[in-house]
Amino acid sequence: MAKNNWLTRMNDWLSDEEGALERTMEAAQEQEAAPDIEQLTPAEIRWAQEELEEEKRIEARMKDWTEKTASPAARVVYNLMCVLVCVTMIGLLLYTVTALPAFGDPNHPINNEVSARYIEKGLQETGAVNIVTGMILDYRAFDTLGESSVLFTAAMVVLFLLRKDKESAKYSQLAKAMEDNPHSDTYYEPKNDIILQKTATILVPIVLLLGVYVVLNGHLSPGGGFSGGAIMGAGLILYVTAFGFAKMRRFFTYKTYQRIVLVALLTYAISKCYSFYTGANHIESIIPLGTPGAILSSGLILVLNICVGFIVTCTMYCFYAVFRKGEL
Amino acid sequence: MSIIVQLMLLFLIVCAIAVCVTKSLLTSVVIYMAYSMIMSVIWITMESPDLAITEAAVGAGITSLLLFLALKKIHAIDARNEVRRQHAEVKRGGDEHGEE
Repeated sequence: MAKNNWLTRMNDWLSDEEGALERTMEAAQEQEAAPDIEQLTPAEIRWAQEELEEEKRIEARMKDWTEKTASPAARVVYNLMCVLVCVTMIGLLLYTVTALPAFGDPNHPINNEVSARYIEKGLQETGAVNIVTGMILDYRAFDTLGESSVLFTAAMVVLFLLRKDKESAKYSQLAKAMEDNPHSDTYYEPKNDIILQKTATILVPIVLLLGVYVVLNGHLSPGGGFSGGAIMGAGLILYVTAFGFAKMRRFFTYKTYQRIVLVALLTYAISKCYSFYTGANHIESIIPLGTPGAILSSGLILVLNICVGFIVTCTMYCFYAVFRKGEL
Repeated sequence: MSIIVQLMLLFLIVCAIAVCVTKSLLTSVVIYMAYSMIMSVIWITMESPDLAITEAAVGAGITSLLLFLALKKIHAIDARNEVRRQHAEVKRGGDEHGEE
Protein backbone atom coordinates (compact mmCIF):
# COMPACT_ATOMS: atom_id res chain seq x y z
CA MET A 1 0.00 0.00 0.00
CA ALA A 2 2.74 2.38 1.00
CA LYS A 3 4.71 1.61 -2.13
CA ASN A 4 1.66 2.19 -4.26
CA ASN A 5 1.17 5.56 -2.61
CA TRP A 6 4.74 6.56 -3.25
CA LEU A 7 4.50 5.46 -6.89
CA THR A 8 1.33 7.44 -7.54
CA ARG A 9 2.85 10.51 -5.95
CA MET A 10 5.99 10.11 -8.07
CA ASN A 11 3.81 9.77 -11.13
CA ASP A 12 1.88 12.93 -10.23
CA TRP A 13 5.09 14.78 -9.81
CA LEU A 14 6.58 13.58 -13.11
CA SER A 15 3.44 14.27 -15.11
CA ASP A 16 3.20 17.80 -13.77
CA GLU A 17 2.66 20.04 -16.80
CA GLU A 18 1.86 23.60 -17.77
CA GLY A 19 -1.74 23.52 -16.60
CA ALA A 20 -0.92 22.50 -13.05
CA LEU A 21 1.30 25.52 -12.56
CA GLU A 22 -1.38 27.99 -13.56
CA ARG A 23 -3.98 26.21 -11.44
CA THR A 24 -1.82 26.31 -8.33
CA MET A 25 -1.04 29.97 -9.03
CA GLU A 26 -4.69 30.91 -9.17
CA ALA A 27 -5.53 28.87 -6.10
CA ALA A 28 -2.65 30.38 -4.18
CA GLN A 29 -3.59 33.92 -5.14
CA GLU A 30 -7.12 33.38 -3.95
CA GLN A 31 -5.91 31.85 -0.71
CA GLU A 32 -3.22 34.20 0.40
CA ALA A 33 -4.12 37.63 -0.78
CA ALA A 34 -1.61 39.57 1.27
CA PRO A 35 -2.81 42.97 2.51
CA ASP A 36 -2.22 45.75 0.01
CA ILE A 37 0.33 48.38 0.91
CA GLU A 38 -1.79 51.24 -0.33
CA GLN A 39 -4.84 50.38 1.77
CA LEU A 40 -3.62 50.78 5.30
CA THR A 41 -6.08 50.45 8.11
CA PRO A 42 -5.97 53.08 10.88
CA ALA A 43 -4.75 50.39 13.28
CA GLU A 44 -1.78 49.63 11.07
CA ILE A 45 -0.85 53.28 10.75
CA ARG A 46 -1.06 53.60 14.53
CA TRP A 47 1.18 50.56 14.86
CA ALA A 48 3.79 52.10 12.56
CA GLN A 49 3.66 55.40 14.43
CA GLU A 50 4.08 53.67 17.78
CA GLU A 51 7.06 51.77 16.44
CA LEU A 52 8.64 54.99 15.17
CA GLU A 53 8.14 56.75 18.49
CA GLU A 54 9.57 53.79 20.38
CA GLU A 55 12.65 53.92 18.16
CA LYS A 56 13.12 57.64 18.80
CA ARG A 57 12.73 57.09 22.56
CA ILE A 58 15.42 54.41 22.50
CA GLU A 59 17.75 56.67 20.51
CA ALA A 60 17.25 59.52 22.96
CA ARG A 61 17.87 57.23 25.92
CA MET A 62 21.06 55.92 24.33
CA LYS A 63 22.34 59.44 23.73
CA ASP A 64 21.45 60.38 27.29
CA TRP A 65 23.22 57.37 28.69
CA THR A 66 26.43 57.90 26.75
CA GLU A 67 26.54 61.55 27.74
CA LYS A 68 25.77 61.09 31.42
CA THR A 69 27.64 57.95 32.45
CA ALA A 70 31.09 59.03 31.26
CA SER A 71 32.89 62.29 32.02
CA PRO A 72 34.19 64.20 28.99
CA ALA A 73 37.79 63.39 29.87
CA ALA A 74 37.01 59.66 30.07
CA ARG A 75 35.30 59.80 26.70
CA VAL A 76 38.40 61.36 25.11
CA VAL A 77 40.50 58.59 26.65
CA TYR A 78 38.11 55.91 25.36
CA ASN A 79 38.22 57.31 21.83
CA LEU A 80 42.01 57.55 21.91
CA MET A 81 42.27 53.97 23.17
CA CYS A 82 39.97 52.74 20.38
CA VAL A 83 42.10 54.38 17.71
CA LEU A 84 45.28 53.13 19.35
CA VAL A 85 44.11 49.49 19.56
CA CYS A 86 42.88 49.51 15.94
CA VAL A 87 46.08 51.05 14.60
CA THR A 88 48.20 48.56 16.57
CA MET A 89 46.20 45.61 15.26
CA ILE A 90 46.38 46.83 11.65
CA GLY A 91 50.11 47.46 12.00
CA LEU A 92 50.76 44.01 13.47
CA LEU A 93 48.77 42.26 10.74
CA LEU A 94 50.47 44.23 7.95
CA TYR A 95 53.88 43.48 9.47
CA THR A 96 53.04 39.75 9.55
CA VAL A 97 51.95 39.84 5.92
CA THR A 98 55.23 41.45 4.83
CA ALA A 99 57.15 38.74 6.72
CA LEU A 100 55.37 35.93 4.81
CA PRO A 101 57.39 34.15 2.10
CA ALA A 102 56.53 35.04 -1.49
CA PHE A 103 53.74 33.19 -3.29
CA GLY A 104 55.05 30.09 -5.10
CA ASP A 105 58.47 30.26 -3.44
CA PRO A 106 60.16 26.80 -3.64
CA ASN A 107 61.90 27.39 -0.28
CA HIS A 108 58.54 28.01 1.39
CA PRO A 109 58.47 26.35 4.85
CA ILE A 110 55.27 24.45 3.98
CA ASN A 111 57.10 22.65 1.17
CA ASN A 112 58.35 19.94 3.54
CA GLU A 113 58.38 16.14 3.42
CA VAL A 114 54.62 15.87 4.15
CA SER A 115 53.45 17.67 1.01
CA ALA A 116 56.19 15.97 -1.00
CA ARG A 117 54.81 12.61 0.13
CA TYR A 118 51.24 13.62 -0.81
CA ILE A 119 52.31 14.75 -4.27
CA GLU A 120 54.66 11.85 -5.04
CA LYS A 121 52.81 8.89 -3.54
CA GLY A 122 49.25 10.21 -3.28
CA LEU A 123 48.04 8.76 -6.56
CA GLN A 124 49.65 5.41 -5.83
CA GLU A 125 48.33 5.09 -2.29
CA THR A 126 44.83 6.53 -2.58
CA GLY A 127 44.06 6.05 -6.28
CA ALA A 128 42.59 9.54 -6.51
CA VAL A 129 43.74 11.77 -9.38
CA ASN A 130 42.65 14.86 -7.42
CA ILE A 131 45.28 15.07 -4.69
CA VAL A 132 43.12 17.35 -2.52
CA THR A 133 40.35 14.75 -2.29
CA GLY A 134 42.90 12.01 -1.69
CA MET A 135 44.19 14.05 1.24
CA ILE A 136 40.89 14.97 2.89
CA LEU A 137 39.08 11.67 2.34
CA ASP A 138 41.91 9.17 2.74
CA TYR A 139 44.88 10.45 4.75
CA ARG A 140 42.69 12.75 6.82
CA ALA A 141 39.30 11.06 6.48
CA PHE A 142 38.82 11.09 10.23
CA ASP A 143 38.97 14.91 10.27
CA THR A 144 36.30 15.00 7.58
CA LEU A 145 34.06 12.73 9.68
CA GLY A 146 34.43 15.29 12.47
CA GLU A 147 33.49 18.11 10.08
CA SER A 148 30.38 16.26 8.91
CA SER A 149 29.39 15.64 12.53
CA VAL A 150 29.83 19.35 13.30
CA LEU A 151 27.49 20.23 10.42
CA PHE A 152 24.99 17.65 11.66
CA THR A 153 25.18 19.01 15.22
CA ALA A 154 24.68 22.57 13.98
CA ALA A 155 21.60 21.48 12.04
CA MET A 156 20.26 19.68 15.14
CA VAL A 157 20.70 22.80 17.29
CA VAL A 158 18.99 24.99 14.69
CA LEU A 159 16.11 22.48 14.63
CA PHE A 160 15.86 22.47 18.45
CA LEU A 161 15.74 26.24 18.59
CA LEU A 162 13.63 27.19 15.59
CA ARG A 163 11.47 24.23 14.60
CA LYS A 164 7.74 24.65 15.11
CA ASP A 165 5.13 21.90 15.27
CA LYS A 166 1.48 21.63 16.24
CA GLU A 167 2.33 21.65 19.91
CA SER A 168 4.60 24.68 20.02
CA ALA A 169 1.76 27.23 19.81
CA LYS A 170 0.16 25.50 22.80
CA TYR A 171 3.22 25.66 25.04
CA SER A 172 5.17 28.68 23.86
CA GLN A 173 3.64 32.14 24.06
CA LEU A 174 6.18 33.45 21.59
CA ALA A 175 5.21 30.90 18.93
CA LYS A 176 1.52 31.67 19.47
CA ALA A 177 2.15 35.40 19.23
CA MET A 178 4.12 34.88 16.02
CA GLU A 179 1.31 32.90 14.46
CA ASP A 180 -1.37 35.41 15.43
CA ASN A 181 0.59 38.56 14.63
CA PRO A 182 -0.04 39.73 11.05
CA HIS A 183 3.30 41.56 11.08
CA SER A 184 5.30 38.40 11.81
CA ASP A 185 7.59 37.35 8.98
CA THR A 186 6.07 33.89 8.68
CA TYR A 187 2.71 35.42 7.79
CA TYR A 188 3.70 36.49 4.31
CA GLU A 189 4.43 33.63 1.95
CA PRO A 190 6.04 34.84 -1.25
CA LYS A 191 3.46 35.18 -3.98
CA ASN A 192 3.84 32.87 -6.93
CA ASP A 193 6.31 34.71 -9.11
CA ILE A 194 6.05 33.63 -12.75
CA ILE A 195 9.53 34.88 -13.73
CA LEU A 196 11.13 33.08 -10.81
CA GLN A 197 9.19 29.89 -11.54
CA LYS A 198 10.10 29.77 -15.24
CA THR A 199 13.75 30.53 -14.46
CA ALA A 200 13.79 27.84 -11.77
CA THR A 201 12.27 25.31 -14.19
CA ILE A 202 15.29 25.78 -16.45
CA LEU A 203 17.96 26.24 -13.78
CA VAL A 204 17.12 23.72 -11.05
CA PRO A 205 17.85 20.54 -13.11
CA ILE A 206 21.13 22.01 -14.35
CA VAL A 207 22.23 23.06 -10.86
CA LEU A 208 21.33 19.67 -9.36
CA LEU A 209 23.09 17.84 -12.21
CA LEU A 210 26.21 19.96 -11.73
CA GLY A 211 26.12 19.12 -8.02
CA VAL A 212 25.84 15.40 -8.72
CA TYR A 213 28.71 15.65 -11.23
CA VAL A 214 30.95 17.46 -8.75
CA VAL A 215 30.21 14.89 -6.02
CA LEU A 216 30.70 11.81 -8.20
CA ASN A 217 33.86 13.15 -9.86
CA GLY A 218 35.35 14.36 -6.59
CA HIS A 219 38.32 12.01 -6.91
CA LEU A 220 38.96 12.91 -10.57
CA SER A 221 38.32 16.63 -10.96
CA PRO A 222 38.17 19.65 -8.62
CA GLY A 223 35.37 19.52 -6.10
CA GLY A 224 34.09 16.80 -3.84
CA GLY A 225 31.43 16.06 -1.30
CA PHE A 226 31.28 19.43 0.38
CA SER A 227 31.28 21.68 -2.70
CA GLY A 228 28.93 19.40 -4.62
CA GLY A 229 26.62 19.18 -1.62
CA ALA A 230 26.56 22.96 -1.30
CA ILE A 231 25.66 23.28 -5.00
CA MET A 232 22.83 20.74 -4.67
CA GLY A 233 21.61 22.46 -1.50
CA ALA A 234 21.50 25.77 -3.40
CA GLY A 235 19.48 24.03 -6.13
CA LEU A 236 16.94 22.75 -3.59
CA ILE A 237 16.70 26.22 -2.04
CA LEU A 238 16.02 27.74 -5.46
CA TYR A 239 13.30 25.13 -6.04
CA VAL A 240 11.57 25.80 -2.73
CA THR A 241 11.79 29.57 -3.20
CA ALA A 242 10.09 29.31 -6.58
CA PHE A 243 7.48 26.64 -5.94
CA GLY A 244 6.84 26.76 -2.20
CA PHE A 245 7.00 24.27 0.60
CA ALA A 246 3.90 22.27 -0.39
CA LYS A 247 5.58 21.03 -3.57
CA MET A 248 8.86 20.40 -1.79
CA ARG A 249 7.17 18.22 0.82
CA ARG A 250 6.11 15.76 -1.86
CA PHE A 251 9.63 14.37 -1.98
CA PHE A 252 11.51 15.94 0.93
CA THR A 253 10.05 15.99 4.43
CA TYR A 254 11.49 16.05 7.91
CA LYS A 255 11.48 12.24 7.89
CA THR A 256 13.43 12.11 4.62
CA TYR A 257 15.96 14.50 6.09
CA GLN A 258 16.39 12.39 9.23
CA ARG A 259 16.79 9.14 7.31
CA ILE A 260 19.23 10.44 4.69
CA VAL A 261 21.50 12.17 7.20
CA LEU A 262 21.46 9.24 9.63
CA VAL A 263 22.27 6.67 6.95
CA ALA A 264 25.00 8.84 5.41
CA LEU A 265 26.70 9.60 8.74
CA LEU A 266 26.51 5.96 9.85
CA THR A 267 27.92 4.72 6.54
CA TYR A 268 30.78 7.17 6.85
CA ALA A 269 31.50 6.29 10.48
CA ILE A 270 31.35 2.53 9.91
CA SER A 271 33.59 2.63 6.84
CA LYS A 272 36.19 4.68 8.70
CA CYS A 273 36.00 3.30 12.24
CA TYR A 274 38.46 0.51 11.50
CA SER A 275 41.20 3.07 12.13
CA PHE A 276 40.31 2.88 15.83
CA TYR A 277 40.82 -0.85 15.99
CA THR A 278 44.16 -0.79 14.21
CA GLY A 279 45.65 1.80 16.56
CA ALA A 280 44.95 4.64 14.11
CA ASN A 281 47.32 2.97 11.65
CA HIS A 282 46.23 2.88 8.10
CA ILE A 283 45.47 -0.63 6.84
CA GLU A 284 44.88 -1.91 3.36
CA SER A 285 41.36 -1.28 2.11
CA ILE A 286 39.53 -4.40 0.98
CA ILE A 287 38.06 -2.42 -1.91
CA PRO A 288 40.51 -2.44 -4.84
CA LEU A 289 41.82 0.99 -5.87
CA GLY A 290 41.08 0.41 -9.54
CA THR A 291 42.58 2.28 -12.49
CA PRO A 292 43.30 5.91 -11.63
CA GLY A 293 41.09 8.12 -13.74
CA ALA A 294 38.13 5.73 -13.98
CA ILE A 295 34.91 6.77 -12.26
CA LEU A 296 34.84 3.55 -10.20
CA SER A 297 38.26 3.86 -8.66
CA SER A 298 40.13 4.97 -5.55
CA GLY A 299 38.43 2.59 -3.12
CA LEU A 300 36.34 4.17 -0.38
CA ILE A 301 36.74 7.78 -1.52
CA LEU A 302 33.77 7.64 -3.90
CA VAL A 303 31.46 6.25 -1.17
CA LEU A 304 32.64 8.80 1.38
CA ASN A 305 32.19 11.63 -1.14
CA ILE A 306 28.58 10.58 -1.73
CA CYS A 307 27.93 10.42 2.03
CA VAL A 308 29.38 13.89 2.64
CA GLY A 309 27.45 15.22 -0.37
CA PHE A 310 24.13 13.95 1.05
CA ILE A 311 24.83 15.35 4.52
CA VAL A 312 25.78 18.79 3.20
CA THR A 313 22.82 18.99 0.78
CA CYS A 314 20.28 18.11 3.46
CA THR A 315 21.86 20.37 6.06
CA MET A 316 21.96 23.40 3.76
CA TYR A 317 18.31 22.95 2.82
CA CYS A 318 17.37 22.32 6.45
CA PHE A 319 19.05 25.56 7.55
CA TYR A 320 17.14 27.50 4.90
CA ALA A 321 13.75 25.93 5.61
CA VAL A 322 13.96 26.21 9.38
CA PHE A 323 15.17 29.82 9.25
CA ARG A 324 12.49 30.74 6.77
CA LYS A 325 9.44 28.99 8.16
CA GLY A 326 10.33 27.04 11.26
CA GLU A 327 9.61 23.64 9.71
CA LEU A 328 10.83 21.39 6.93
CA MET B 1 50.98 38.95 -10.77
CA SER B 2 49.07 40.30 -13.70
CA ILE B 3 47.23 43.61 -13.69
CA ILE B 4 43.86 41.84 -13.61
CA VAL B 5 44.68 40.04 -10.37
CA GLN B 6 45.91 43.30 -8.85
CA LEU B 7 42.68 45.01 -9.90
CA MET B 8 40.65 42.21 -8.32
CA LEU B 9 42.65 42.48 -5.08
CA LEU B 10 41.98 46.22 -5.08
CA PHE B 11 38.28 45.48 -5.59
CA LEU B 12 38.39 43.19 -2.53
CA ILE B 13 39.81 45.99 -0.38
CA VAL B 14 37.18 48.44 -1.64
CA CYS B 15 34.44 45.86 -0.96
CA ALA B 16 35.73 45.15 2.55
CA ILE B 17 35.69 48.86 3.41
CA ALA B 18 32.29 49.38 1.76
CA VAL B 19 30.74 46.57 3.83
CA CYS B 20 31.75 48.39 7.01
CA VAL B 21 30.76 51.84 5.82
CA THR B 22 27.32 51.24 4.27
CA LYS B 23 24.37 52.06 6.52
CA SER B 24 21.90 49.57 5.00
CA LEU B 25 22.40 45.99 6.15
CA LEU B 26 20.88 44.67 2.92
CA THR B 27 23.46 46.55 0.83
CA SER B 28 26.22 45.15 3.04
CA VAL B 29 25.14 41.59 2.29
CA VAL B 30 25.00 42.27 -1.46
CA ILE B 31 28.51 43.75 -1.36
CA TYR B 32 29.64 40.69 0.59
CA MET B 33 28.29 38.49 -2.23
CA ALA B 34 30.30 40.49 -4.77
CA TYR B 35 33.37 40.04 -2.57
CA SER B 36 32.89 36.27 -2.53
CA MET B 37 32.44 36.06 -6.30
CA ILE B 38 35.68 37.96 -6.97
CA MET B 39 37.42 35.91 -4.29
CA SER B 40 36.45 32.70 -6.09
CA VAL B 41 37.93 34.06 -9.34
CA ILE B 42 41.13 34.85 -7.43
CA TRP B 43 41.20 31.27 -6.09
CA ILE B 44 41.12 30.04 -9.69
CA THR B 45 44.07 32.28 -10.64
CA MET B 46 45.91 30.82 -7.62
CA GLU B 47 45.29 27.34 -9.08
CA SER B 48 42.93 26.03 -6.41
CA PRO B 49 39.66 25.30 -8.24
CA ASP B 50 38.42 23.19 -5.30
CA LEU B 51 38.32 26.27 -3.12
CA ALA B 52 36.83 28.36 -5.93
CA ILE B 53 33.82 26.04 -6.27
CA THR B 54 33.23 26.02 -2.52
CA GLU B 55 33.65 29.78 -2.23
CA ALA B 56 31.15 30.43 -5.03
CA ALA B 57 28.56 28.00 -3.63
CA VAL B 58 28.89 28.72 0.08
CA GLY B 59 30.25 32.27 0.26
CA ALA B 60 28.25 33.89 -2.50
CA GLY B 61 25.24 31.58 -2.33
CA ILE B 62 24.20 30.00 0.92
CA THR B 63 25.82 32.31 3.50
CA SER B 64 24.26 35.35 1.87
CA LEU B 65 20.87 33.61 1.73
CA LEU B 66 21.05 32.82 5.43
CA LEU B 67 22.04 36.44 6.13
CA PHE B 68 19.06 37.65 4.08
CA LEU B 69 16.79 35.38 6.11
CA ALA B 70 18.25 36.66 9.37
CA LEU B 71 17.63 40.25 8.19
CA LYS B 72 14.06 39.28 7.36
CA LYS B 73 13.62 37.81 10.85
CA ILE B 74 14.60 41.11 12.45
CA HIS B 75 12.39 43.04 9.98
CA ALA B 76 15.36 44.76 8.37
CA ILE B 77 14.26 44.03 4.77
CA ASP B 78 10.49 44.04 4.96
CA ALA B 79 9.49 46.50 2.24
CA ARG B 80 6.10 46.98 3.85
CA ASN B 81 7.71 48.31 7.01
CA GLU B 82 9.47 50.98 4.98
CA VAL B 83 6.24 52.00 3.25
CA ARG B 84 4.34 52.05 6.54
CA ARG B 85 7.05 54.23 8.03
CA GLN B 86 6.79 56.68 5.14
CA HIS B 87 3.01 56.73 5.49
CA ALA B 88 3.35 57.42 9.18
CA GLU B 89 5.92 60.16 8.55
CA VAL B 90 3.70 61.80 5.95
CA LYS B 91 0.70 61.58 8.21
CA ARG B 92 2.54 63.00 11.18
CA GLY B 93 4.14 65.73 9.06
CA GLY B 94 0.68 66.60 7.78
CA ASP B 95 -0.64 66.78 11.34
CA GLU B 96 2.13 69.07 12.47
CA HIS B 97 1.77 71.52 9.62
CA GLY B 98 -1.98 71.45 9.84
CA GLU B 99 -2.40 70.22 6.26
CA GLU B 100 -5.09 67.68 5.57
